[in-house]
Amino acid sequence: MLELQNINKSFDDKQVLFDINAKFEPGVPNLIIGASGGGKSVLLKCMVGLMKPEKGNILYDGRDFVHLEYEQVKEIRREIGMLFQGTALFDSLTVAENVKFPLKMFSKMNDSEMKDRVNFCLERVQLGGAGEKYPAEISGGMKKRVGIARAIAMNIKYLFCDEPNSGLDPITSRVIDDLLLDITAEYGITTMIISHDMKTAFDIGDKILFLYEGKIRWQGSKNEIHSAGKEIKELGAFIASSQI
Amino acid sequence: MKFFFELGRYLLFLRSMFFKPERFSVFVERTLHEMNNIGVGSLPIVAIISIFVGAVTTVQTAYQLISPFIPVKIIGTIVSDSSLLELAPTITCLVLAGKVGANIASEVGNMRVTEQIDALEVMGINSSGYLGLPKIIAGLIMIPCLIIFANFLLISGGILAAQLTGIMPPNEFIQGARDTFTFFTLSVSMTKAFVFALIITSVSTYEGYYADGGALEVGEAGTRAVTRSCIFILFFDFIIAKLMLNA
Repeated sequence: MLELQNINKSFDDKQVLFDINAKFEPGVPNLIIGASGGGKSVLLKCMVGLMKPEKGNILYDGRDFVHLEYEQVKEIRREIGMLFQGTALFDSLTVAENVKFPLKMFSKMNDSEMKDRVNFCLERVQLGGAGEKYPAEISGGMKKRVGIARAIAMNIKYLFCDEPNSGLDPITSRVIDDLLLDITAEYGITTMIISHDMKTAFDIGDKILFLYEGKIRWQGSKNEIHSAGKEIKELGAFIASSQI
Repeated sequence: MKFFFELGRYLLFLRSMFFKPERFSVFVERTLHEMNNIGVGSLPIVAIISIFVGAVTTVQTAYQLISPFIPVKIIGTIVSDSSLLELAPTITCLVLAGKVGANIASEVGNMRVTEQIDALEVMGINSSGYLGLPKIIAGLIMIPCLIIFANFLLISGGILAAQLTGIMPPNEFIQGARDTFTFFTLSVSMTKAFVFALIITSVSTYEGYYADGGALEVGEAGTRAVTRSCIFILFFDFIIAKLMLNA
């Protein structure tokens, strides 16, 4: 389980996150929804340690990520997989080498075991035949799937996805959403998805958190949105319109 | 103020590289790859420049020393000493700052703006060490080798030019070069090679690592890497000359 306690973050004089408190359960997709510039990506970067909040705690199964030593942070990071908005695949490596990369760095597997694991991960994201291609030779949707395969190559406990549907057509977008939903349930991982896509929120969001101007305005399940107040519905409509 | 900020960040960046590599075999593999890029990849340009600089220095020295009172072999002495002390390390490293430095800065800068460095960090990899240390070690091994190669070709270019233009026969040139050769001169050349290698690789990696924005900023990082490397090379060229050759 991942827990955020009073997270505050500012850049110079501008505060972008205000007392963020939330709990994210494993086995279900947790969505953080917000308009552009609302602090979603900053919150995600704080959660994975690419930025440090000024105040607050980030607890990975009770371990406070913010206040640990660098070596302990590295240990937790090996339990984390991340799908970046721009996929962040290594250009100089093939698709298979990208998926193999974390295994090569951290696992004790031999070459044959690594090869089997890479093939398994690529098959899992329906990219069995693309292993020898370079990232520049595949489509945006395929890159996202390679990103997911790389993220799950190690036995991760936490999966972070930064705008997994950005730049994708609706059909590919749906494929990625379903894949994230399936993988989360299959491996029982704690998945955090950052998005401004309300459709994704309603399709796969089990827990949804509305972030607006750096503050949590509402959090609950997608079924609870229907019983939420008028103000929250308007906020949802505003976020949905902000992607147009 | 900005100078001190940059200097402090550069020193912290250097310090951050020196962690135990996550996987030693990967580190060795990456270092060998960088040695090939920096060393083998730079051989043709270093060879061309060294031969021509050696040839031109010989012709110009001969032009200035036409006198019946000066023995002709002194041209060999001047060209070989100039090559060892200044031309081979400094000219070669200024060229390498352009070729290798721009390449490193754009490679690392591109990785920064496409979030590949963030991906390394999220995986729990020390990104500065993973990207920077193999380049610095490869530079410290290969650039001095390139300087030795440049020294050899500079003198060879000088001998060739002297022979082809009828300035002097090769044996007199070699005699002149041998007369004043000391291992101390070679050690000055190698000291410069190591210091310049560190400057080129570390400054370029630093500039790329802290590139921020998009393609335009990566280009700017490349330009800054070359400019700053050249300035530091010239500055430390003077410092080393002053410290080691102070009469």
